Amino acid sequence: MLSIKNLHASIDGKEILRGINLEVKTGEIHAIMGPNGSGKSTLSAVLAGKEDYEITEGSVTLNGKDLLELSPEDRAREGVFLAFQYPVEIPGVSNINFLKTAINEIRAYKGQTPMEAKDFLALVKEKQKLVELDGKLANRSVNEGFSGGEKKRNEIFQMAMLEPKLAILDETDSGLDIDALKIVAAGVNKLKSKDNATIVITHYQRLLDYIVPDVVHILYKGKIVKSGPKELALELEEKGYDFIKEEVGA
Amino acid sequence: METIVKLNTIKDKLIAEFESSKSSLFGDTTIREKALEAFSKQGIPGRKSEEYKYVNMELALKGDFAFSSTQKLSAKQLESTQFLNDAIVVVIENGKFNSEYSKTNSLPKGLQIVNISDAVSNDVFKKHYSKYANVNLDPFIAMNTALTSGGVFVHVAKSAVIEKPIHIVHVTAVSENTVLNSRNLIVVEENAQATIVESFQTVDSKAKSFNNALTEIVVEASAVVDHYKIQDENACLPDRQDFGHLISTTQSIQKKQSNFTTHTFTLSGLLVRNNLNMVLDDEFIESHLNGLYLTNGNQVVDNHTLVDHRKPNCNSNELYKGIIEDKSSATFNGKIYVRKDAQKTNAFQSNKNILLSDDGTINTKPQLEIYADDVKCSHGTSTGKLDEDKIFYLRARGLSEASAKKLLMHAFASEVVDTIKIDALREYVEAKISKRFE
Repeated sequence: MLSIKNLHASIDGKEILRGINLEVKTGEIHAIMGPNGSGKSTLSAVLAGKEDYEITEGSVTLNGKDLLELSPEDRAREGVFLAFQYPVEIPGVSNINFLKTAINEIRAYKGQTPMEAKDFLALVKEKQKLVELDGKLANRSVNEGFSGGEKKRNEIFQMAMLEPKLAILDETDSGLDIDALKIVAAGVNKLKSKDNATIVITHYQRLLDYIVPDVVHILYKGKIVKSGPKELALELEEKGYDFIKEEVGA
Repeated sequence: METIVKLNTIKDKLIAEFESSKSSLFGDTTIREKALEAFSKQGIPGRKSEEYKYVNMELALKGDFAFSSTQKLSAKQLESTQFLNDAIVVVIENGKFNSEYSKTNSLPKGLQIVNISDAVSNDVFKKHYSKYANVNLDPFIAMNTALTSGGVFVHVAKSAVIEKPIHIVHVTAVSENTVLNSRNLIVVEENAQATIVESFQTVDSKAKSFNNALTEIVVEASAVVDHYKIQDENACLPDRQDFGHLISTTQSIQKKQSNFTTHTFTLSGLLVRNNLNMVLDDEFIESHLNGLYLTNGNQVVDNHTLVDHRKPNCNSNELYKGIIEDKSSATFNGKIYVRKDAQKTNAFQSNKNILLSDDGTINTKPQLEIYADDVKCSHGTSTGKLDEDKIFYLRARGLSEASAKKLLMHAFASEVVDTIKIDALREYVEAKISKRFE
């Protein structure tokens, strides 16, 4: 589904990603772990289409389509979803109104007619339950005055509404208490199917107790230096990132 | 005073116009003569005038002007004029009341609307007319008071509740350059309630119009008045940006426990200057001032507000927001006076702007003058661009850049737009915001 080949990206002339290679197939969950400054967030931002980064080399395709050619909105319409590490607050824009606009613009892109109001509301109700999001939150302004946990749940709620092919969770666990973490993880697991794929970006192994990955990658200095089964995450947790540093001889 | 000398022509013409027409003008000649004297002293403000430094009145009044018009709207022009449905419509056609186009024949109980020239012997009119808008404060108040040739007197009787909005439509259609000085007096008696909408529109772009409109609003004890100004000079000629000069002065005075809310929406017009002067003349008064200006092209929009807290225990709350595009320029100048007697005053003011272009200008000047010592007052102002992180967030969910911006514009404006209680008006303003990003 997703194929990243030799991806190099820089910001303000500083190279952050230095040759990433990654293949993700449908039905899979991949975890990307790495110390601070290894390029985790840059990778998710580049995949979502943030224009601050310059792609200097390499390619990214989603089901054969060149992702790097597309605007952020077209990537979303093709099925890429980024759950932000720091979701922005947008006072005055209602969650529901914004999601309705998003769904209908995605539908228009696919040549479909707008969703009926009745169907949309039924969908909202169903997906709210999935992440145990209070109905009041769904009707409020996007993330305005939400707690950290509510913001993350709102990200997963949006993901549930948009049903992406590829979901990228950027440090969704950061700052979450264990109860919120369980709710978020349960939501992600329920949304998992044989037709979609998930990339979980995290610093800590704990999230992976709840969202069990098929493959774990270790990102270090802008490169994937090691890949392995889920046990790799445990090893990393136990030994710390220093063992990677020693292993790659940095 | 050099700036005034240069403008002698228009000033002299105006004085000559007054001398030749004063016998035919309605009302008390002494009021007019005093006003003319005040105007002569002040003259047309030049660029060096502190109060008018951001609006070029020399340019606006360049050329030959007539000082009144008897021109009638054509059928087509009448058709393109926008009226609120389900409202008591009052048409001010080129500065004069037109009863034929107005819906003032069968008014609800307690409401009186008459041509201002027919109100001059009315005791209520005499008690209030020209008592609040100070001719020595502003040359355009003086000009209007000296030369006005029409408008309406609106009277809401004690305890009457007028449910339908009273929509005063100022429509301009002149085929020679004209200065119009329309004048309204609205008196809402004790415990009465009314909603007043004033709209401003130009439906003919053949010549230059300079509309110097003045409305005085008296809000008696315990009365509630909701007032709207919708300034959309180019509404029916959206491709023309080079016309529509408007000075709109609103002077209010409030008595004990009254509640006055005024909203100013400036949506188009080449030059728009609003003077909003509010006097809180007793205790336990509430006043709200809301404003939104959307400027583009070469538009110049200038909002001057003055809130005068004279007595204790009153609240005023002011919120003005602006979206500035292209080479347009917007000014916000908000003064709050809290006089020595006005203890326990709460006065808040906020002005926020979004600048969408590199060539746009925003001048913002909050001024608080506080002479009492037990008050809560604050003011804040901010000017910024649209937040790129918010735009990206919305686009990452599938919204196009244009709809992301549109959504954010609505969100920015909503704090002001949501204060509109008339659905049709709110939808009208919202549609104008949407249109900017299509």
